[in-house]
Order: sequence, then structure tokens, then C-alpha cells
Amino acid sequence: MTTIPINTRQDIDYGTPLPASTETVTLRVDGVEVTVPKGSSVMRAAATAGVMVPKLCATDSLKSFGSCRLCLVEIDGRKGYPASCTTPAEAGMQVRTQSKKLGDLRRGVMELYISDHPLDCLTCSANGDCELQDMAGAVGLREVRYGYEGENHLDATKDASNPYFEFDPAKCIVCQRCVRACEEVQGTFALTVDGRGFASKISPGQMEAFMESECVSCGACVQACPTATLIEKTVVDAGTPDYDVVTTCAYCGVGCSFKAEMKGREVVRMTPYKDGMANHGHSCVKGRFAWGYATHKDRITTPMIRKKISDPWTPVSWDEAITYAASEFKRLQSQYGRGSVGAISSSRCTNEETYLMQKLVRAAFGNNNIDTCARVCHSPTGFGLKTTLGESAGTQNFDSVQHADVIVVIGANPTDGHPVFASAMKRRIREGAKLIVIDPRRTDIVRSPHVEASYHLQLRPGTNVAVLNALAHVIVTEGLSDDAFALARCEPASYAQWKDFVSRPENSPEALEAETWVPASVVRGAARLYATGGNAAIYYGLGVTEHSQGSTAVLGIANLAMATGNLGRPGVGVNPLRGQNNVQGSCDMGSFPHELPGYRHVLDDSVRALFEGRWKVSLEKEPGLRIPNMFDAALDGSFKGLYLEGEDIAQSDPDTTHVTAALEAMECIVVQDLFLNETAKFAHVFLPGSSFLEKNGTFTNAERRISRVRKVMEPLAGKEDWEVTVALATALGYPMHYNHPSEIMDEIASLTPTFTGVSYARIEELGSIQWPCNDRAPDGTPVMHEHEFVRGKGKFVPTQYVPTTEKVNRKYPLILTTGRILSQYNVGAQTRRTANVEWHDEDRLEIHPHDAEERGIHDGDQVTVSSRAGETSLRAHITDRVQPGIVYTTFHHPESGANVITTENSDWATNCPEYKVTAVQVTPALKGSEWQERFQSFTSEQLGLLERAVGVRSPKP
Amino acid sequence: MNLGKLIEMANQIGRYHDALPDRAEALTGTAMHIRRFWEPRMRRELLAHIDATGGAGLDPIVLEAIAAKRTELQPQG
Ligand code: SF4
Ligand code: SF4
Ligand code: SF4
Ligand code: FES
Repeated sequence: MTTIPINTRQDIDYGTPLPASTETVTLRVDGVEVTVPKGSSVMRAAATAGVMVPKLCATDSLKSFGSCRLCLVEIDGRKGYPASCTTPAEAGMQVRTQSKKLGDLRRGVMELYISDHPLDCLTCSANGDCELQDMAGAVGLREVRYGYEGENHLDATKDASNPYFEFDPAKCIVCQRCVRACEEVQGTFALTVDGRGFASKISPGQMEAFMESECVSCGACVQACPTATLIEKTVVDAGTPDYDVVTTCAYCGVGCSFKAEMKGREVVRMTPYKDGMANHGHSCVKGRFAWGYATHKDRITTPMIRKKISDPWTPVSWDEAITYAASEFKRLQSQYGRGSVGAISSSRCTNEETYLMQKLVRAAFGNNNIDTCARVCHSPTGFGLKTTLGESAGTQNFDSVQHADVIVVIGANPTDGHPVFASAMKRRIREGAKLIVIDPRRTDIVRSPHVEASYHLQLRPGTNVAVLNALAHVIVTEGLSDDAFALARCEPASYAQWKDFVSRPENSPEALEAETWVPASVVRGAARLYATGGNAAIYYGLGVTEHSQGSTAVLGIANLAMATGNLGRPGVGVNPLRGQNNVQGSCDMGSFPHELPGYRHVLDDSVRALFEGRWKVSLEKEPGLRIPNMFDAALDGSFKGLYLEGEDIAQSDPDTTHVTAALEAMECIVVQDLFLNETAKFAHVFLPGSSFLEKNGTFTNAERRISRVRKVMEPLAGKEDWEVTVALATALGYPMHYNHPSEIMDEIASLTPTFTGVSYARIEELGSIQWPCNDRAPDGTPVMHEHEFVRGKGKFVPTQYVPTTEKVNRKYPLILTTGRILSQYNVGAQTRRTANVEWHDEDRLEIHPHDAEERGIHDGDQVTVSSRAGETSLRAHITDRVQPGIVYTTFHHPESGANVITTENSDWATNCPEYKVTAVQVTPALKGSEWQERFQSFTSEQLGLLERAVGVRSPKP
Repeated sequence: MNLGKLIEMANQIGRYHDALPDRAEALTGTAMHIRRFWEPRMRRELLAHIDATGGAGLDPIVLEAIAAKRTELQPQG
């Protein structure tokens, strides 16, 4: 039984936001002297002095609005009763928040509100957690003189269309906090106020239901609502929570901080944590609502083994499963050699888990065959940024975007992939920052309410490097570079070489237009804006890395930032948006086969000696196999055993047929996961994993921020994931001794120079820590490379554009590119087991109307998509978001087989797959593809084998 | 391993480095990239292919780079 780290901090709602000003003013509130930043409201000053002025329409996540008139105060020398939320605090003010008159006025206001409010507090789901109720108490309301017979909202009907929250307009007090939250916090503008004054009504869109509207279900309005009008269905069902524990979202690389609000050992709701430095109290639909998978009936909670994948599973004890797995790995190594086994960890694992996985491989397997799913997403980022700047990480914190004047989004779809960061970015754009989007698709960020890109470079997939070179060409040849910065901070010789290279006529936007499809004038305009528009920050995603020239493109991005002086201060930088929560962390932890923790090469004798000393074992100096190399080695018979934690290569990796053939060729596959995922259907040992709610650890988000994951319930299968790895290593003959993940972090800190100042105690103290955290930066590093680059002088690298070998031709005339959507996460194993499927229950193929018409395809038709690698079938969605010649799909559902069509082409430097470019043909289909038929029959066979073993209800495929 | 793929991967590495203005850096870069990132059985197979065929399918820069760093690239044992 472990103790639950209950959050004892009381959240204070200061009523209005904290102004950025460094100047202060001092005033007195009810006789108490208080000093606050200039621009604070009187209400905020009062709250700072510990005086809570009654309020309804104000909350400190939103700008003040001044509609409810409950927060009236008296100020010496001023007439009347100003609203404290809209009155700025001034030096020397004497404010009174209580008097007989104020009491009467406030009671009058409350009386009006209550006369239009159902008096069913005792049975209301928000009983005890309702600001209206609190305020009635606070102002001492004792009677309501107005009858209920007048006009009111009491007969309005409930909207329960959203799977996660309901909207009961009968309880609405029209404070408009929801409307403002949707605008100011989320930036979606989905809610409107219909009518005026007392008759006004709140509604999504034009009196639509939530699910029919533009609403993206972020929940900001629900959180802002002071009443039970907008309320989580889980709270309606379970009642209000009793306590909370602060933890970190297990989905995307934004790494939002949450309060898991609990009743007993059950989560009642997840509320984004106000003090979370990555999200400042905001979240998206996934983190806030899609956590039900953790207790889904498909969870497998018993270890299982089997000899062959055609055998039924046998449920066994932990001991038996671990002993069996270890004996199999040992057998394989003695039969086929030390290099015949390896492991793959995941960015879904904590830092401590990934650290242990690589330690197990290096110390217990005695080889370097460890890789992680970052191989298939951001490995080029590591390579490119290390080469140019000296560190494999993004340069800024997320808040930096609030200082950007020009924001460049390349190959990323932040509103879907990194929603909370997208909201922050959109806020900055509404304040006037300019936006440049480089993407083959017209993503939402290109045009959405109050946001419009100044330039959209709608390039042909596969030509990123050409576009980056063209941008550089304009900057250099038009004399827009920041030579003073580049010469002072970078290697002058490399800068001169690079300038020569990009200035060549073949790199001009005009010369490259035919190749990239981007009009030269658009490239020129964008380059000028980037170079001269003030602080310019680049944000990029997998649309940059997942190409045969992924690493070259990252180099190109770093070149641009160095040449324009856009590094080393807030508002600028090179920022990879990491797909999964712990991509940064898993890379930091030495999960690549050539690197020990802290990005140090295994060839380096002194680094190996350091780890050998601590781990008491001698380490292999040759790099190990990367994921795609493992598959090839499996097929040639030299790689026989694989231990996977949290990674589903049979669905997520390219060329599925090749992957599954490799899995079938191996003799021992050990899968540690929550569910019988696609890869587990090929496994011999299944070790049940624990969800983020069931374990302790840390995640490191895209801004290098290390945050705590805290256990709020016992692991369903009895072990936290790190304990399983410890047991396996021990059974392999390499005992590991840790009592708590904090001890694993202590070991990491003692071995990794950028982590020396990191410990659980420090994280507790600071809330979260951005590495590097060491003697030079004891509180961490929000912005990197401030005075010099980590490598000393920055290095410019010429980036020759080399077209991909994946080319369109008569047989495969279209380019398929892949991506993701808001409601689903990666392979979907988690989100498909939540109500998020109501937004996306199948992967569709986006195709331009012109290409569809040519092929006789109508919206919703089943179509066959074939490539050189394989064939699958999906339903078509006709849209001009994609250009003619381009088709697009997502890969969240295994039966869609998106990766049956993607090829094994990969990045030249890192083998990161070229997911973003596949030549395909699309034709109308009558039925599913052959692959899909095989997939269905294999799936039902495997589910049958599972059912026969443990009698659990069949998981959904 | 899959020889065809190894050849393509080596050529991709060569193509990237071929564009660097400094020839010596390009050659060392090509060879060292293979040394630093390829597991021994991949290097062994590529080197065996070069020994057997003179390097059929490999671009000149790759062959030149490998020839210059042959000993370093050869896995021990
Ligand atoms: S729904 Fe809630 S937040 Fe919105 S206006 Fe009504 S009471 Fe206020
Ligand atoms: S859930 Fe989010 S997007 Fe939907 S209406 Fe509320 S604030 Fe707007
Ligand atoms: S999925 Fe990402 S943006 Fe959404 S709540 Fe989780 S960390 Fe935040
Ligand atoms: S809280 Fe100030 S007017 Fe509503």
C-alpha cells in the first residue's frame, strides 16, 4: 500500500489575470496594505491581501468583463460603487469591500440571479462545488422577493450531445465565462450569446448542439462555468471529488499538468493545473476527458505466456512469466549470439522506465540493441540540432511564443497534434504576431477565427529542403541575414560556405518553383517576413522529420535561425513539437542504440568507463541495431528475441507486411502493454503494463520540462512498469535494486551532466524543471544557447536538396501523406477505448474533388489505396484541404492499414521512415483489401486464443 | 541483412555528404557516419559485398570513403 501524494495547495482564484508588468503599486484594502503589479485589478489586489470580494463573472483565467455587478466596492474619493474586477488598482487607494450598503447591493444582485435559478441545490450535481451557491452564502442572501412566475430560463432543455459534459441552460446565469473561455483560452470561438439582457442565451454556434458545432471539446468552458450549467458527466455520475493529486498528461508532447480529482481511488475528473508551466490551466479533449481507457475492460491484468503464436495464452504468475522470458532470451543468446536479442521502448514510458530499458539491454543483454519509437518520429531532430547547435533539443519554453512577432509552422498541425500549445500560439497571433505556414495541407491554423496565415507555402510533399534552401537564398541574396550575430556566434568559415551554397542560382525560389509547387513570390514574401519581422520562431513537427531528407531539413531550419539571429532569447528559436508525451525524455535517457544517456556516443571510451563504473559491468562499444535494422536482421535469421514496452510496431511502423514478417521470424517476443495490441498478437510473453495513473515517474515534454507523474491508484496488475523491467533484468542475471523511481532519477542525475541538479525533491520544490539543470543553471534552463551554443560556435551545414526516390508515375500518380487528428492519439490504443471515437471512428482518405471526380469517387465511397508496398482500403473524404495530386490519411485505427501502404524509405542519417511521401493510386473499391481480410481473420484468431486462455471478453480489434 | 537496402542507405549517406564543399570532410563524414551508426553486421555485410563485387551499386563517393577508412569500419571479432 503506497501513500497517495495528495495536493494540499489551495487554489486561489484572484478574479482577474496577473499582469505582466514589473512595476508595482501599493494600496490598502480593508485597512491591509498590499503591493501588486501595475495593471492588477482592485479585485486581484484584494485577493492578494487575503480579502475575497464576491464575484460571479470574473475568474483569473479570463480578462475582466464587469457584467454581474456583485464585486462592487467603495473607494475613498470616488463616487458610487465601482466594480472591483474592472477597476485598476492605483497607488494610495483606500478600498473597502464590506459595508451595509455594499451588502444590500450585493444581496439585490444575488436575489435577481436566484429568482431565475432552479432551487434544487441539494440534488444538483455541483452541490458543494458551485460559485453561485457560495456567493449566495457569502452575501448572506436570506430571501428571494421576486416570484418565479416571471420570464426565466427554467424550462430550457439540456444538451447532452457531448460525450463528456452536459449543458443545462436552465441553470445558466449568463455570466459569459464560458464564451470568453472559448475565445480567450481556447481560441475556438464556438460559443455565442443570443439575444440581449435578461433574455440572452448561451449556445454553441447558432443554437446548435455541442456536437454539431465547432466545439473541439477542450473543456475550458466547463472549467470556467461557475454553476452546474456546464458540468462533466463523470461528476454528474460520481459526485464532486474529495481530493486531488497533481500529475502529467500521458498523451502529447505539450505535457500538460493536471489535477487528478479523486473520490476514493477513482478519478472523477481531470482538471488542468493552474500552476502547470506548460499549460497554465488549459488542456485539450484528450488529457481532460479521454482517460477512461485506464480502467477499460480490455485491460489485461494477468501475465501470460505461450510457446507459439498459434497456441492459446496461458495465464501465469509474474514470477513464471519473468522467468520464462529471461530463460528464452538466455537460450537465444547462447544459440544465436549475444546480438540476437534487443528491446524497443516507447515515448509513452516514463524517463525512469526508458532509462531502465536501455540499462537492461546494455548491462543484461550485453549489447546495444535498444531503440525507441522516436526513431520513427524525431530522430532527425536529435541529429540535426546536435550537429548545428550542439544539443538534441528544442531551444525555447512554450511561453516564449508570447514574445514572438513572426511564427513559422513547418510540417506541424498544432491545433490537432499539440492543441494547448496551439491555443497559446493563436492567442499571440490574435495579439498581432504574423504567421507563416509551410504545409502541403490547409491545416486549421492556416485560417481559423481571428487567425490567418500571412503566407501559406503549400509545398509538394518531399520538398521541404528545397523550400528551406529557397528561403535561405532570399535571405542571403537580399542581404537580410544578421551577419553580426552569425559571425559572432557561429563558425565563420561554415557561415561563408553556407552563404555560397544557398546563393547559388539553383537554390532560388524561381528555380525551385516547379519542384516545390510554391510560387516564388510567396517564398520571397515569407523569407522577408521571417528575416525582418522582429522575433521569429520556428515550430516544426513530423512533416519535417519523416522524410528521406528529414535530418537535412532540421539542419536547414537551424541554419535559418542562426543566419537571422533568431536564437538565444525569448520569442525566437527552433522548436520541435514532439508527438508523444515523452519523446524528449526517451531520447535523453539513452534509448538510441548508439548513445548512452545524455546523448553520448557508445564509442567514447570515457563515457563507457563512467557507466561501467557505476553499473559494474563491461559495455559493448559497437552501436546496436535500430528498429528497421532489427526487422531486417530478424528476416535474415540473426535477430531472434525482442522485448517491447509500450510500443506497437505492428501498427505504427511503416510497411506493415514487412514488420509482421519480421515478428513472425522471431522466437521470443515479450510485450509489456496495457492491451493486447497489434504487436502482442505476435508475442510469446505478455507482461501487463500500468497506466500513467498507476505509477510514479517523470515525463519530459517538448520544452525539456521534467514533470512528475504521480500514482493515484494501485497498478491493476500489481506492478508498476519499472518494477517489471527490474524483475526481468534480475532474472537475466543482472540484479537491479530500486525502491522507488526517485532512486532511478538520482542515478540518472549522477551520470548525466545536464541532469545533475534534477531530483524528485527539486521537482517538488520547483513544480517542474527544464534541463539543463546543474551547477550552472540550478533552477533549469527555459531558453537555451543564450550566450553561446552548447557546441561552442554554431555550425552552418550546406543542405543539398536530394529528391526522394519515392516518385509518382503512371501507376502511382498521387502522393499520400499521413498525419493525425485531435481526438485520437497515435495508434489509438488508448483513445479508441474512450468516447473520443465519437469524433473519429475510422480513418478516412482525404482526396481533392478534382482527383475524386477523375476516378468516379464520391464522398464516403470505399476506395482502394495501393502503393509499391501494399494495398488497403478506406472510405474517401472529398476536400480541398489537400491539393490535387495529394491524398492524406491518419493511422489511428489498425484495420485501416495506413502503414500497409507506407514504404521502407527512410531518412539518410537516422532511418526515420518517410511516412510523409508515398506514391499511390486510388481507385473505387467494392470490398476491403486482401490485407484487411487477412488482418481480420488473424485478429479474430488471436482474440479467440486470448479468450480461451483467460476468459476475458474479447477486446475490440 | 538486406543488401539492397544497405546499398541504398550507404548511397543516401554519400549523396548528403557529396554536396559538402570540402571533399576531405565529405569522405570522412560518409565513412564515419557508417562507423558511428551502423551495427557491425550491417558494416560487415556491406564490406563483404565490396570485397566480392568491387561495390556493385554503390556510388563512387561511398566507395572512396570506405576505402579510405577500411580498417576503422571493419568490425572487430
Ligand atoms: S454556461 Fe456557465 S459560464 Fe456560461 S454563461 Fe452560463 S453560467 Fe456562465
Ligand atoms: S469545450 Fe472548448 S471548444 Fe468547446 S465550447 Fe467549450 S471552450 Fe469552446
Ligand atoms: S494531449 Fe497534449 S495538449 Fe492535450 S491535455 Fe494532454 S498534453 Fe495537453
Ligand atoms: S465579478 Fe466584477 S462584475 Fe462580475
